[in-house]
Amino acid sequence: MSDTSQARRARGQTHLWVVQRVTAMLLAVAVTVHLVTIIGAVRGGLSAGEILGRLQGHEGWLIFYVVFALAAGLHGAIGLRAIAAETIGLRGRAADITWLAAGLATAAFGIRAAIGLYA
Amino acid sequence: MAEAASLKVSVWRGGADGGFARYEVPARANQTVLDVVTHIQREIDPSLAYRFACRVGMCGSCAMTVNGRARWTCRTHVRKVVDADGALELRPLANLPVIRDLAADLAPFFDKWQRAKGSFQPKDAPDGAVPEEFAVVPPGSKARREADAGIECIGCAVCYASCDVVAWNPDYLGPAAMNRAWTLVNDVRDGARAERLEAVAGDAGCHSCHSTQSCTERCPKNLDPSSAIAGLKRTLFWDTLLGRR
Repeated sequence: MSDTSQARRARGQTHLWVVQRVTAMLLAVAVTVHLVTIIGAVRGGLSAGEILGRLQGHEGWLIFYVVFALAAGLHGAIGLRAIAAETIGLRGRAADITWLAAGLATAAFGIRAAIGLYA
Repeated sequence: MAEAASLKVSVWRGGADGGFARYEVPARANQTVLDVVTHIQREIDPSLAYRFACRVGMCGSCAMTVNGRARWTCRTHVRKVVDADGALELRPLANLPVIRDLAADLAPFFDKWQRAKGSFQPKDAPDGAVPEEFAVVPPGSKARREADAGIECIGCAVCYASCDVVAWNPDYLGPAAMNRAWTLVNDVRDGARAERLEAVAGDAGCHSCHSTQSCTERCPKNLDPSSAIAGLKRTLFWDTLLGRR
């Protein structure tokens, strides 16, 4: 492999690592908010009406869940990528693209749900 | 602890597909593991291959796997590693090709120092000439203290043999090469910072380190390659995030 393509790959891998770190920071906050919300929400029973009452039309919650879903999807996929590389030797460009796609797809499902509850 | 009168020593013989041979070596006071290996070669089997030079912990060439752990054999007293039965197991250093018996091939280890750009590139004299003036590097400055912390490495490869990430990914640069790179990143006289950071980035570099710190735990010089690698990650994180690279 040539030096420049090696450097380009290392740069891409560094970007994935930076995304992993930044999403970890976001998740530290988001998961805390999420857990507190769950504990609060289940007191006195959980109903569809109550959930919609909290989320429908609230931009703040929509933004929170979109960021949360994006961070969770990307963080999980990049983490699995590292585990797969180290345990079964799954490496390379094709694998990286697949992991990124899986992460974005996971995030898309979450974002779709958040939009569904907002609208 | 009651000491056995003799040591039962299992020694790796042959190449990567070799096996253990057993030797009985008289136990003595203040005996090092290197003494045991030397006894086997001089008194029992002269065909045993192993490597050593200084015998006093300066050269780093006698590192081997002693009872599953990479150590300098010259600085390891037998009584500290042997159990009551006097059993000792010696292998060549892990994560490296075996030449024969207890001698590992350190070429991949030193190749990675090159790959991590572990040589000083003078900023003021790119052609290698001696600069007109001495560089002033205050001993108390942060960069100087970071560089000082890792500068005493003698390249024995104990950290490299102890690193799980090297075992998982043969391309991984390993602790010693990146410890060296970090000392140079902090050397204010050096002019190759950008290229060096480029060389240690990514999956084969600092970003695969799990910070499990076997390198730091086992370094016979009590250096801290794990913190050096963390320093590289931190520098690359901010340089990447702020678009400085």
